[in-house]
Amino acid sequence: MARNVTTRRVVISTGAAWFFGFLIFLPILWMFLTSFKSELDAFSMPPKFLFFHWTTENYVTVQSRSDYVHHALNSIMIAGGSTLIAMLIAVPAAWSMAFSPTKRTKDVLLWMLSTKMMPPVGVLVPIYLIYRDFGMLDTRAGLILILCLGNLPIVIWMLFTYFKEIPKDILEAARMDGATIGRELVYVLTPMAIPGLASTLLLNFILAWNEAFWTLNLSTLDAAPLTVFIASYSSPEGLFWAKLSAASTLAIAPIIILGWFSQRQLVRGLTFGAVK
Amino acid sequence: MGQITLQGVRKSFGPVDIIKGADLDIEDGSFVVFVGPSGCGKTTLLRLIAGLEDVTGGEILIDGQNVVDVPPAKRGLSMVFQSYALYPHMSVRGNIAFGLKMAGLPRAEIDRKVDAAAATLNLTSYLDRKPRELSGGQRQRVAIGRAIVREPKAFLFDEPLSNLDAALRVQMRLEVTKLQKQLGTTAVYVTHDQVEAMTMADKIVVLNAGRVEQYGSPLELYERPANIFVAGFIGSPKMNFISGEAAGEQGAATLGVRPEHLRIGKEGDGWPGTVSVAEHLGSDTFLYVDAAKLGMLTARYIGELDLKAGDRVWLSPDPARLHRFDKDGLTIGR
Repeated sequence: MARNVTTRRVVISTGAAWFFGFLIFLPILWMFLTSFKSELDAFSMPPKFLFFHWTTENYVTVQSRSDYVHHALNSIMIAGGSTLIAMLIAVPAAWSMAFSPTKRTKDVLLWMLSTKMMPPVGVLVPIYLIYRDFGMLDTRAGLILILCLGNLPIVIWMLFTYFKEIPKDILEAARMDGATIGRELVYVLTPMAIPGLASTLLLNFILAWNEAFWTLNLSTLDAAPLTVFIASYSSPEGLFWAKLSAASTLAIAPIIILGWFSQRQLVRGLTFGAVK
Repeated sequence: MGQITLQGVRKSFGPVDIIKGADLDIEDGSFVVFVGPSGCGKTTLLRLIAGLEDVTGGEILIDGQNVVDVPPAKRGLSMVFQSYALYPHMSVRGNIAFGLKMAGLPRAEIDRKVDAAAATLNLTSYLDRKPRELSGGQRQRVAIGRAIVREPKAFLFDEPLSNLDAALRVQMRLEVTKLQKQLGTTAVYVTHDQVEAMTMADKIVVLNAGRVEQYGSPLELYERPANIFVAGFIGSPKMNFISGEAAGEQGAATLGVRPEHLRIGKEGDGWPGTVSVAEHLGSDTFLYVDAAKLGMLTARYIGELDLKAGDRVWLSPDPARLHRFDKDGLTIGR
């Protein structure tokens, strides 16, 4: 029996959805508002919501004190580079596990996931020492490598579940239709896998963009991405809430815009397999 | 041409033997149905012919040429899958044309052939649609269109009708049979439905546990089953099996008699029993009779018979239609 959808129920559930949506969005909104406050207003008690003296001076200060473009370029290169390399490794890996699994495939997948169960700080010292000895501290290549390795398990898992969903019959049908492996890839597999590849690419890019632990610990200035740019406003001269917010707003703006335009792919990517 | 010969074909997955040596001769232009219970290896055997699985041993000859090392694309066969396996990102036209495109035919010829196939299958007005916009029956037609357009040596069908509803299945059954006769192309068809097997096939291969139990025309299998398995599998309702004294009297370990070969009497002749369930279909009456020592027997009467549960009946088998099996289940010659 279909559930009775009354107006009241619609109003309540819509209201609840908006409420929780707003709750999740609140910190970002607060950060955005704070970035336009003076430092004094920023930590006044009780907090001021909308009625304060609006100013853009924080953005000016942030711009003059540090080089946003330099950090943003680093972020783009590190997130982009690590995503690209991770995809190059993950696509064939997930592919072979999805289409010609062995009895150890499950173990391999679990082992890969298990590397994400350890807190990164557990390997910070050895990684730091290795990076120091190989001269990779504060280099883009170093950060690309560590972020790529860090995200690889997730990327492989996502792609694996995607490829798993492609029915084997269709590939066999292509084979019966006379397609060679190369043509099977070009005409059948790739077009079917593109949504999965796109959402994995996006999610991985966002994860790499937001990654703070390794970027903060392994870079200082030359290779420092936007995470370091934000963190530089929380120390060492004390806490500057308004400037910190301005820096954060600048740092997350590109990724929010990217996320906004690709939200359909993202939702599909995150719920793939669970919802049909 | 499309003559397919299997010689001692074996297939194992690890330690499990799926096909334990199959020898078959499928004549050019014939419609051969593989039938058997689930897990009997019928789909595996079809996939071996297609080349989607590699044989563990034996030879598969297509028109006299051993193809065990030939990839599926080069065997010149086409296949219709149970799930249809249409390319979801291509239109109906793209789906049907794909094989021709892979073969590198010129554009104009592809279009001509696709249009012809679409006309045969009543798909002309759907050519620009995507598979997801089609109903189950239409998708099935597209899958068949994709198979016929390439003019293969043989069609391989893997339970193609099992996802359709009952009415559509009967209709498609007729269409597939008609199409195959019209094209005169060899067809190998896998099904677990013995009615499909009986109605469509020129010859039936009954498989059980990886072995070919019998290979013959539908009526041969019905009238002269080689063993107790084939006897029980072909025919609906199932053949009655009687063991013990009644079988011993006839010099057999097991006696088989089909429900339609039991004469039903309301008094004193043959095996006595009590009707436990009576099914009145109008055209037929099915009686499930508890015949004491003989066990439950099914009897079929053409037309309406006024009997109900609890009534006493006497069943007498048609002596010419009795099947006798030895202790290994093999038919004893008449």
